Amino acid sequence: MAIIDLVINRRLSLAALPPDWPGNNYWWHWLFFTIVLIAFVLVMVMGAIYIERRAMGRMQSRLGPNRTGPFGLLQPVADAVKVMLKENIVPDNADKIVHWLAPVIAFAPVLMIFAVVPFQNGALLADLNIGILYIVAISSISTVGVFMAGWSSGNKYSLLGAMRNVAAVVSYEIPLVLSIVGVVLVAGSMSLNTIVLKQDIPFILLQPLGFLIFFAAACAEINRSPFDLMEADSEIVAGFHTEYSGMKFAMFYLVEYAEAIAMSAIITTIFLGGWRGPLLPPWLWFIVKTFIVFFVMVWTRTTLPRVRIDQLMALAWKFLFPLALINLFVTAVQVLVWPDALPWTAVYINIAIMIILIFLWSRFFKLGWGRVEI
Amino acid sequence: MGLAITFWIMAVVAVVAALSVVFQRNVFRAALALILCFITVAGIYITLSADFLAAVQILVYVGAISVLIILAIMMTKEVQKGNLANKMEIPAAVVGTVLLIILVFTVTATSWNIAAESPLSPTTAPLATKLFSENGFILPVEIGAVLLLAAIIGAIVITREK
Repeated sequence: MAIIDLVINRRLSLAALPPDWPGNNYWWHWLFFTIVLIAFVLVMVMGAIYIERRAMGRMQSRLGPNRTGPFGLLQPVADAVKVMLKENIVPDNADKIVHWLAPVIAFAPVLMIFAVVPFQNGALLADLNIGILYIVAISSISTVGVFMAGWSSGNKYSLLGAMRNVAAVVSYEIPLVLSIVGVVLVAGSMSLNTIVLKQDIPFILLQPLGFLIFFAAACAEINRSPFDLMEADSEIVAGFHTEYSGMKFAMFYLVEYAEAIAMSAIITTIFLGGWRGPLLPPWLWFIVKTFIVFFVMVWTRTTLPRVRIDQLMALAWKFLFPLALINLFVTAVQVLVWPDALPWTAVYINIAIMIILIFLWSRFFKLGWGRVEI
Repeated sequence: MGLAITFWIMAVVAVVAALSVVFQRNVFRAALALILCFITVAGIYITLSADFLAAVQILVYVGAISVLIILAIMMTKEVQKGNLANKMEIPAAVVGTVLLIILVFTVTATSWNIAAESPLSPTTAPLATKLFSENGFILPVEIGAVLLLAAIIGAIVITREK
């Protein structure tokens, strides 16, 4: 954790902190935001689990869990208690140290992502000037935890899940980063606080194609359905966490939802205007928008069937990657040639470009009918 | 003071991790130790005020290169039984030791100048100007990109069937 400490040490800007937030000296600020972030992630994960189970129930014409507490609100608590009381089983031929370390290494980076996400103007743990790059870099460490889990379990299903994860990560990191670059070009900064401050119009309107690419790539990156191939329970038992039980399984469960919340928070921050909004306090806007994005993720999960691994790769390399490149090129031209263009003209042009490109590419590129060429 | 302590922690962890990459018999654990080594190097970059470089170090080395190394290990047959035996151990040790001696000698023999200027505070924009401006390194950067593209196409041509 010394790295983090240093990042914060050197880049902390206390002057920007709004006056109604506590934390006016360095250590107090550090302690306050660390505790708030851990609590925030845990509570948001509970909310996410509740939303996923209940909303998915509604969408599949069933009730969902509704027996624990009013409207089933205590279901995540019951889940957590159940999973903590379970026996911890480690397979005989597992690589014990790596097996033990894997959930920790998967979880720590997800928590670290929230260090640079602003809850209000200046209300964040560390306003890094490389904020978005920091997020991309840190979140790539999380996959190492997944390989470690898959490898150390000594189980072929775990290994298969981990290998699928490698393939998916290598493909989806590229469109993900390229679509972020478009936002960075428009905002002129990599600091998340500055990106939010620049969004007089939410960037989802200025970068509609970038938003769609980022959303699809983010869903693939964090193993959300329809891209949940590495834990596809109808094919490979439970993928990389087949051999995990008890608290260590709970850690992976936590990582899955914390990653979904982290990606929702990032999408909120860089595309939906972050904490900005009328009437409500900024942090509440931030949480509401995060949950809306998460709800859309649940919605896609219940709507779309799971893709095959070859379709997943083809979608990344033949569909998202060229579109992300074109999007980057168009954005660069717009930023260079018409830096002072009327924002609404740019919005209409970009939405038109998005519609044309998506229709054009879906003519070239067909997914399904079992005839995908690799 | 804090910087010195951090540097020594990072340095010791990096060297121990690098040694364990070499002496570890289990190839997968060696790859994990390599990742730890990369991360500590990124930490040293941060103590040197090179924050952009540190993030790129983690992104490229931990996020991409280590992933490819692990993929290669997973694809290798019989790697679960540990390091495969071959006859190259002694020559590799000799070459490695000679290289280490040369590097240590060069580093200790050079007189390192310390810049009087304080480090730039946002490093991203100056780096971009240096790499992509007309008086900067635009030609080497472009040539490097073409070279990498040629390498990728070459790899595809070589491994392609028929």
